[in-house]
Amino acid sequence: MSYDQARWRRDDAPVYEPLLHEKGERTVRPADRDVPLPDELVRDELTLPGVSEPELARHYTRLSQMTYGVDSGPYPLGSCTMKYNPKHTERIAALPDALVHPDRPDEHRQGVLEIYVRLQEYLARIGGMADVTLQPPAGAAGEFTGIRIAAAYHADNGDDDRDEILVTDTAHGTNFASAALAGYDVVELPSGEDGRVNLEALRAAASPRTAALMLTNPNTLGLFEREIEPIASIVHDVGGLLYYDGANLNALLGRARPGDMGFDLMHYNVHKTFATPHGGGGPGAGPVGVCERLVPYLPAPHVRRDGDVVETYAPPNTIGKVHGYEGNWLVLLKAFAYIERLGDAGLLDTSAMAVLNANYLGTTVDLEIPYEPYHHEFVASAGDRDAAELAKRMLDYGVHPPTTKWPDIVSEALMTEPTESERQATLDQLARAFNAAAADDDETVAAAPHRTSARRIDQVAAARDVRLSWQALTGE
Amino acid sequence: MTPRRSDRFDTTPPELGDRRGSPYTPHSGAEIDDMLAAIGVDDVEDLFDIPDGVAFDGEFGIPARSEREVERHARALLGKNSALVEFLGRGHYEHFQPAVIDDLSRRSEFLTSYTQYQPEIAQGFLQALFEYQSMFVELTGLGVVNCSIYDAGTALGEAATLAARVRSVTGDRVLIPTNMVEGRQSVLENYVAGTDLSVAAYPMDDGIVDVDALSDHLDDDVAMVYFENPSVTGRIEERVADIAALATEHDALTTMGADPVSLAVLEPPGDCGIDVVIGDAATLGLPASSGTGLGLFATREAYLRQVPGRLVGATTDTDDRRAYTLTLQTREQHIRRERATSNICTNQAWIALRTAMHLAWLGPDGLVDLASTCLREAERLATALDGLDGVAAPVHGGHHIREFVARVADAPALGEELLAAGFAVHVLDEQHIQVCVTEVTASHADALVDAVAEAIA
Repeated sequence: MSYDQARWRRDDAPVYEPLLHEKGERTVRPADRDVPLPDELVRDELTLPGVSEPELARHYTRLSQMTYGVDSGPYPLGSCTMKYNPKHTERIAALPDALVHPDRPDEHRQGVLEIYVRLQEYLARIGGMADVTLQPPAGAAGEFTGIRIAAAYHADNGDDDRDEILVTDTAHGTNFASAALAGYDVVELPSGEDGRVNLEALRAAASPRTAALMLTNPNTLGLFEREIEPIASIVHDVGGLLYYDGANLNALLGRARPGDMGFDLMHYNVHKTFATPHGGGGPGAGPVGVCERLVPYLPAPHVRRDGDVVETYAPPNTIGKVHGYEGNWLVLLKAFAYIERLGDAGLLDTSAMAVLNANYLGTTVDLEIPYEPYHHEFVASAGDRDAAELAKRMLDYGVHPPTTKWPDIVSEALMTEPTESERQATLDQLARAFNAAAADDDETVAAAPHRTSARRIDQVAAARDVRLSWQALTGE
Repeated sequence: MTPRRSDRFDTTPPELGDRRGSPYTPHSGAEIDDMLAAIGVDDVEDLFDIPDGVAFDGEFGIPARSEREVERHARALLGKNSALVEFLGRGHYEHFQPAVIDDLSRRSEFLTSYTQYQPEIAQGFLQALFEYQSMFVELTGLGVVNCSIYDAGTALGEAATLAARVRSVTGDRVLIPTNMVEGRQSVLENYVAGTDLSVAAYPMDDGIVDVDALSDHLDDDVAMVYFENPSVTGRIEERVADIAALATEHDALTTMGADPVSLAVLEPPGDCGIDVVIGDAATLGLPASSGTGLGLFATREAYLRQVPGRLVGATTDTDDRRAYTLTLQTREQHIRRERATSNICTNQAWIALRTAMHLAWLGPDGLVDLASTCLREAERLATALDGLDGVAAPVHGGHHIREFVARVADAPALGEELLAAGFAVHVLDEQHIQVCVTEVTASHADALVDAVAEAIA
């Protein structure tokens, strides 16, 4: 929504859109409504918005207009793979036959289980893994699941001294947090001068205490870890496992598989690679693939074919559950539909066009890109400018800016991933946004954005005076 | 050099014109040539820096399909689900979904946006999440509600690790009821496996917490007490404040599992001494979706800095208008890394949007009336079943919302006969079934009673 549209109606009020309860609010006393419970269990009052359906429709339509999605324009957020989300998958996920209760006996939900087992097979082939669990509800949950599997595997081998997980300094923040949540000490590996794993540093860090190395490939700089085979050997030689963070799998579809590179386990981000919509932060899904020797540790229930039927079962050394049911089914169903739509040819074309787009955009952006050759994403440096400020200015040019100020090894980083969904003309528009923002004077940039529905937002004040509900706004 | 693979496949979906590949890559052949020339390479394959030793040259064996074929295939597979009227609950419920939810939540700006790291172009979604937080502040009586955890089980795990981080709590044991929603205990055990916490169970009495037994299990080594209200068998807990007081005596947190429908009529847990409320908020906002959930996480303001997950806060923009932003992000993994309060990144924001829409559509009167319906229909169905020879329902005293346990002579056989008649109920053990009824299935309740009567005749 444009600057003018956001303001046209509300010149007299200090808000862009009133909160629901400001449009209408009602208080009811359950006791007055004949609630069949004794008074001592019942609340005195309940106050919630009371607005008509027409008002609700306008409210949420207006809120949607003050939200920028992939369908609004280019969205080159590095590491997020903001590709087009095909519409047909939404219709499939809304089919009445898809909407069943998870506690039905297996023989009465064969449709759900058929799709689960097929998606497991597709993902196993795409990743070069022996088997896949669909239970983890997000990428970070997949990491946690993978580390729990690694822990159970080591424990079964009587390998109780492994208390460290190795993570590269360019890794996603979730890698560190997932390892810590699972109870491990995190050992950070400094990258080499070429932006890749430093083999010497890895050799020095790897030890009988190593439970696993978590690695993204291509890494967050977009570089393929060319030395992946020696990396795998170093980790395996000390008895550790190699974990693949699937955030960047889009670059490799049909061209390289983690299983073939020596990875023992991995997660897939279906909300990145397999086009399920991000939905403003989720839900996603983070299936975990494992090599043969880790299959017995998969979460329960697991799904397998048994002749003509599909059944659930508990793997013999299962780690138990990582989600109350079987994960984000509605998301997994969309990923299934996307993979079937593309097939081998479409998956191969996806990685080709994703890498082509990043490389074309990289050549047309007037900023230094310190690390090459990159694949699906590149990390440009804003040089002596503040990357976050340039990003705000890019909003004025009608595009979503890249991920900023990360990874740390690039000064004032602009991590850029255009995805395969954009054509040349759109990439040219994006490049103009980068270049125009970089050419603007400091004063203009510092005051940006000027043309968005809201102006620069005071995040410091939000953290200083924390107000997380409309109840906390009283007296505003 | 990586071998060229562009001609590995023959399948050309008809709508692609002169190019083979994905229907969602918009490039023309000429455009690709022009882009390659600008980069200075001859072929897309030249852009890949993959050593031969790890390059993949095989096929997945997944044929490309047209959109019509994919839908037909998905329909055929999903059609293998039996046509059943589901009297199933135990943590996952079916309530009527008004059309506005699907229609408005699927507006593509909502559906296709990312986490709101650029708040100036995400005000709409941020406000919707702020409204979600606010409505659950009202329902729970607690001051801090986050933008979501994955589901109730993972929210329970997060509650336990929160208890471990709160300095006033000294113990290492998490107490849970012997009978709770399946799955949640196992998830909790995974969350605490890497911590100093352990999990132990206390007994229940007549379908709710056995408060005396709980008291016996409590000592200063307890970090958190968990219970569910309603219990997994649908009974409303009657001594919420006593449970919280007992835990508080031993410097333990009290976490209550709840759902948004029962919260509408019950005393706000925050007013009863409860420290954390978790639950599946997708009870509103989603139909039964094979377990897809929305982890509600609410707690006291005192624990604000220890809260897992994203929080939306109100602030202003440079025009001094009210605006919203993700806040206190220094708790989160992308900044704090291994010292973050949780590893959660991607959450269930879009479902939170739907749940907020559902709450707003119902309004307070609609929500209270829905809870009343769920109380009344459970009682009505239990009474009808209890009237049959050989059935006792409900087996527990007190008040039930949506669901209850019934005793029968041969539960597995009855379960099978009901499935054959087109009804699904929970078979708990040899002699007990559990039945869940909501406003959606109420009109089939009489038919269920007839089917039970016929099956046990």
